[in-house]
Amino acid sequence: MSKAIVATASLAGCFGCHMSILDIDDRILKLIELVEFNKSPIDDIKTFTKQCDVGIIEGGCCNSENVEVLKQFRKNCKILISLGECAIMGGLPAMRNGIPVKECLEEAYLGGPTVGLNSEKIIPNDDELPMILDKVYPLHEIVKIDYYLPGCPPRADLIWNAVVALLTGDTMNLPYELVKFD
Amino acid sequence: MKDKILSIVENYERDPGRLMDILLDVQKAFGCVSCEAIGLIASELKISEVDVVQTRSFYHFFTKEPVGKYAVYLNNSVVSGFFGMKEVADEFEKQTGIKFGQKTADGLISLHYTACIGMSDQEPAALINSVVFTELNREKVRKIVADMREGKAVEAMFSQYGDGVNAHPLVKSMVKNNIRKTGKVTLGEYTPGKGLAKALNMESKAIIQEVKDSNLRGRGGAGFPTGMKWDFCARENDSKYVLCNADEGEPGTFKDRVLLTERAAMMFEGMTIAGYAIGAKEGVLYLRQEYVYLKNYVENVLVELRNKNLLGKNILGKGFDFDIRVQFGAGAYVCGEESALIESAEGKRGEPRNRPPFPVQKGYKNKPTIVNNVETYCSAVKIIENGAAWYKAMGTTESAGTKLLSISGDCKNPGVYEIEWGMTIAEMLEMVGATDVQAVQVAGPSGICIPPAQFNRKIAIEDLPTGGSMIVIGKNRDLLKDVVLNFMEFFEDESCGSCVTCRSFNMILRKQIEKVVEGHGIKTDIENMTAWSEIIRKTTRCGLGQTSSNPITTTIKNFRELYDKRVKDVDYQSDFDMHKAVAESCEVVGRIPNIHE
Ligand SMILES: Cc1cc2nc3c(=O)[nH]c(=O)nc-3n(C[C@H](O)[C@H](O)[C@H](O)COP(=O)(O)O)c2cc1C
Ligand code: SF4
Repeated sequence: MSKAIVATASLAGCFGCHMSILDIDDRILKLIELVEFNKSPIDDIKTFTKQCDVGIIEGGCCNSENVEVLKQFRKNCKILISLGECAIMGGLPAMRNGIPVKECLEEAYLGGPTVGLNSEKIIPNDDELPMILDKVYPLHEIVKIDYYLPGCPPRADLIWNAVVALLTGDTMNLPYELVKFD
Repeated sequence: MKDKILSIVENYERDPGRLMDILLDVQKAFGCVSCEAIGLIASELKISEVDVVQTRSFYHFFTKEPVGKYAVYLNNSVVSGFFGMKEVADEFEKQTGIKFGQKTADGLISLHYTACIGMSDQEPAALINSVVFTELNREKVRKIVADMREGKAVEAMFSQYGDGVNAHPLVKSMVKNNIRKTGKVTLGEYTPGKGLAKALNMESKAIIQEVKDSNLRGRGGAGFPTGMKWDFCARENDSKYVLCNADEGEPGTFKDRVLLTERAAMMFEGMTIAGYAIGAKEGVLYLRQEYVYLKNYVENVLVELRNKNLLGKNILGKGFDFDIRVQFGAGAYVCGEESALIESAEGKRGEPRNRPPFPVQKGYKNKPTIVNNVETYCSAVKIIENGAAWYKAMGTTESAGTKLLSISGDCKNPGVYEIEWGMTIAEMLEMVGATDVQAVQVAGPSGICIPPAQFNRKIAIEDLPTGGSMIVIGKNRDLLKDVVLNFMEFFEDESCGSCVTCRSFNMILRKQIEKVVEGHGIKTDIENMTAWSEIIRKTTRCGLGQTSSNPITTTIKNFRELYDKRVKDVDYQSDFDMHKAVAESCEVVGRIPNIHE
């Protein structure tokens, strides 16, 4: 069997889900036998260099760049997985969804307690910067998602079991503890 | 304020278990239960403020802010919608200059929507300061609002009363009974006290056996064998309670309203017989707030029964003591669920309990309790009077006796019908004068929606069980929009919120069906709704969550073509629009959006 090609990204997330991927411990050696990474922080490949089999994405979309990256993933991956709370539901970043963007930006750059150095009272507006979206979106509202792995972060065993099942075609082993959160 | 609240609290002997009554009285006196009132009540009852807030915030008819001097609660149920609710609402808004959910600046009028108020046979209906107004139209609304402006008392706004007890001096309501067909049991001949006299000459065990032999099954909807329930409770060794479920919240049901109006004594007699059978001394009638117009009458019936020694101490000289009090709800469908009803009767939020223990083991005040429907108790009276064999001779083998149906919607003669179990839907439609029928909603939103191809099915516990709600839906109706969407809005509002899936998926399902109705749906939405419905059904604590997806699942099953016609044949579609999504932030920071597609 040729190695499956995997890409990963963290959008509006905290990289906690990627940490959880690393948390598979020594199985990472087995993983390398199973898959080849393409665009991913794991190998630091910045742009897609070939079509991938699986894309794993952590974090939702809070700005225009997140959306662009997500759309690239959809274009370049056969299967897309939403990994973790933020990707699936927006997560903590989505706490701003009930607050108007204007208020958020003003709090962050003008009014908040940590903005003392911003003496010119500028809200960053350089054209190079991604544009902030009106709210944080879960991935499936922007592109079609094939699988969801819940958790904050999803447990390493869940990620491992899911990826192995997907690549081998076996039934996924889903013991209760892996998806029980309280 | 302090004095008034103090006197209210003392009326209920400072019993936190009577918090519902206390809050109802406070709401009535001040038009709201304010934060200040909460503080006073809590300190007088020696409970925490949070406990008071919890109960206040749960019920529809308790408000934090004052309602208008005239508080209009317009029923927005399906049948009300069929018969002009929108125009009535529009006229109210025009005449008052405010929207529903608002109050006029002078505090005179506030407009609210409310779920089915048990008047589906005379819609559109509304409660104004707890007084029922039926068959509303634009003209009547104009007159009502003009009367309000003149400061007329609500009771003085009309002088035509309904038939029977509705015209009783203690009721004086415009509600009509609309009894279209009487049978031999609940709406048949009734001599007060006859069944009870016979019962008190029997062994309590023999009463339970008679009820068991009659095959009587609960009339509230679930159809649990009544004799078995009584037997379980009788076996417990403790003080016990008899509760009567008159919450009648299932949209389209109004048969208990008619029994409460015309057969209140019979219902109390049934409770008393049950009390004797299981060994209880106290009973509670849990009556929905919407029927508070019957309060004085029903309480007077209790007084009369005591006067006749059919209730109270040493009933009929047989040494049996039993008394009943009336507990009002405050607007919450889920309180019809028996364990939520118990919680509510104890003054708490109407959240269903985990089972086991079942109410027959630990119910009201944690004592063994039977909860039965109004019609169940009424039926028991006749069973004792005439015997199990007489009763069983009616109906089908599995569903003995008669059933009251509340039939409403697109038919000539909406009203209450006492039928023998076993009638087919086709026969029923003929009976009520319904032609051009698209569907029949059997047993209310939590029941099923059936198409003409299934009209030969039988109204019986073994085929089409029902607590009594039957809504006829004509061919001219938009089934998904006028019916299914309305039902989902109802469940979304009425979920008690304890179970995550009930709390969130009912909202999600409502949004999804709305999307389909508005023409934005795709094929996958139908599959998703089916899958999610299964999840709610399997992961919820009470019958509400276990049935709330039925409007969707039964119409997907029986009326699939209505969905297919409305959805796009694609698997995925995103509504995300980058231009819209970045517009606001770009404006705030002062930059021109640069979007590369
Ligand atoms: C959400 C919900 C609402 C209910 N509403 C009512 C009601 O309004 N009236 C009623 O008699 N039973 C209602 N029930 C059924 C009761 O839980 C209970 O089964 C019934 O009161 C038992 O009495 P019965 O055996 O005489 O029918 C409801 C159940 C659920 C789950
Ligand atoms: S199913 Fe719904 S109504 Fe019933 S207990 Fe759970 S949340 Fe409350």
